[in-house]
Amino acid sequence: MSFVSQIASWRNSLWIEWRIALRFLADNPLQTLLISVAISVGAAVIVFITALMTGLQDNVINRTLGTQAHIRIEATRQHNILSTTPEGQYVWALESPRAQRLQTINNWQEVRDVLDQYPVLNTVSPLISGPAFAQKGTARASIALMGIDPERYHGIIELKEYLREGRFIVGASNVLIGQQLAEDLGLRTGDKLRLDTGDNRQAVMDVAGIFELGVRELDSRYVYTDLKQAQTLLDLPGGVTVLELKITDVFNADYWAQRLTQLTGLHVQSWMESNGQLLNALSSQTMTTQMIRVFVALSVAFGIASVLAVSVVQRTREIGILRAMGSTQQQILRVFLLQGGLLGLAGSLLGVLVGYTLVQVFNGIEERLFLIRLEPSMLLSAIAIATAAGVVAAMVPARRAAQYDPAVAIRYV
Amino acid sequence: MSKFEVLSHAGEQQVVLQLDKLNKIFNADTPLQNHVLHDISLQVSRGELVALVGTSGSGKSTLLNVMGLLDVSSSGELRIQGHLVQGMTEQQRTQLRSESIGFVFQFHHLISAFSVLDNVLMPLMLRFGKPAKEQVEYAEYLLGEVGLMQFMRQSTNRLSGGQQQRVAIARALVTRPALVFADEPTGNLDTQTADEVFSLFERFNVEHRCAIVIVTHDPRLSARCPRTIRLTDGRVVYDGPSVNLPSLFASPL
Repeated sequence: MSFVSQIASWRNSLWIEWRIALRFLADNPLQTLLISVAISVGAAVIVFITALMTGLQDNVINRTLGTQAHIRIEATRQHNILSTTPEGQYVWALESPRAQRLQTINNWQEVRDVLDQYPVLNTVSPLISGPAFAQKGTARASIALMGIDPERYHGIIELKEYLREGRFIVGASNVLIGQQLAEDLGLRTGDKLRLDTGDNRQAVMDVAGIFELGVRELDSRYVYTDLKQAQTLLDLPGGVTVLELKITDVFNADYWAQRLTQLTGLHVQSWMESNGQLLNALSSQTMTTQMIRVFVALSVAFGIASVLAVSVVQRTREIGILRAMGSTQQQILRVFLLQGGLLGLAGSLLGVLVGYTLVQVFNGIEERLFLIRLEPSMLLSAIAIATAAGVVAAMVPARRAAQYDPAVAIRYV
Repeated sequence: MSKFEVLSHAGEQQVVLQLDKLNKIFNADTPLQNHVLHDISLQVSRGELVALVGTSGSGKSTLLNVMGLLDVSSSGELRIQGHLVQGMTEQQRTQLRSESIGFVFQFHHLISAFSVLDNVLMPLMLRFGKPAKEQVEYAEYLLGEVGLMQFMRQSTNRLSGGQQQRVAIARALVTRPALVFADEPTGNLDTQTADEVFSLFERFNVEHRCAIVIVTHDPRLSARCPRTIRLTDGRVVYDGPSVNLPSLFASPL
């Protein structure tokens, strides 16, 4: 019973604190407006820069990973096996590293079927890839011949999406070539192309379609054909050189690469290893963004604190009156904490609106590189953090107000 | 007769304020030590109207602050309605102040951010939160009594000095305090307005049976109080019936 009445009296007592806080803010509209605008500028900067950076990084990662697998499994690398040294003796050996010839993954069908069991591995796609020359008339270009299983490969690169002309046909006598290669060799859909993989293995293929992945290196080198045809041309009957994987959480690639190494004993590489520089750049970008956000938030918090510090001095006499009228120190404290929170809330609401508008303007630009997505959770957390920061910033001035000596404060002019 | 009239006059000899050898020393134990109040002992009973007079610097305001629990004494005992103040926490003093004491200051000290009615209700709102209907009605009744019913919803800025002081009186009475302290409530007003305001004190003193202690420089007004306490250099030099003797108000001004 007394607990209930305690809560009731607490709620009742907060009522007057809300009222005084709101009146104090409304009583000095210019000051309130100016600091709210300052807070909202800070909040808008934080919202916009966060959204921009998230969008940019998502875009970079999507682009990078759009044209490559998350994890590549290759056959175990070949290395020299040195003869064992007799006990107590040393042998100086000059070892020249082995050349890595094209070799198939042993029992790749079994490995594929095992990996298919893991739900986290979205796609397991066999690929046979080796060097070749493409020839049209007297023009030659060195290419990477890629034999794929089209059913599975679209989980790695959605080739159909990148097709510029022709049709998506990967067959015994059909190839898909990149835009750059088509330009270099003067090829169009339906033209003939001779593939030469050395040792007198040659085939004349029809260009079924031309794709553009947007990466020059790939567009000038990748030539897709059917798995069987590539096996024949590269002289690896029934074999594949790579198993390509896509996983659900791209940033977990390292962990899964490690697990798969232990599981298969094969040579496993994640995109994070092969794109170390990119990840490095991304993480320093994230750190820079974080620092900008922290400093903007700090300046906003100090802004709130200084405005309230001035307000506490301005209202010295009124605080004295309130104390004489029977307000407790805690009530005065809460009045100013509430003002800090309200300023943070109002400013960040306005700021989120401005940030949202900025993002819409950015997204409205015709030739933008990417689309910024604004997560509602990010907006909500920005508002929540700004409000909390306002309360924290108000602590020092509020404590000062609460500790005023009422007898002195009331005589303050 | 309004329904708000205090009808019971029982226990009117009850002591509401009691001081025993009260001392106030500012900056004690420092070179700036200033002994402002010396062994003040006095009693005020329910329903008394007391004038507190003395030259400026005699310690009137300090005494009022200590009695009004806005300040603490250095030694001695202070009892308000029988409660010993010494040893109370800040919180307890605040509570006793809001339950038992009303203030009227020289410069009205209204809060301009609030309307006239809200200013009157402020002591109640600070204590109970959102005011009950009965409390609002009582505040309106008090505003009617001081003749400001029509300004209820307005900002206090638009009122004249005398009107603001009347709002302050209504505010001091809204908690039905046992004690009201007024620090030169008419010091800032012209003679006619001062008379009107003082009449209000007299009226509420009779109608509400609250003890009122008024600090004043005005001999005409102190003469209208049944009892006068005179302070000189922090000591009570006279405590008795008001006598309109010019010598009592020998002022260096």
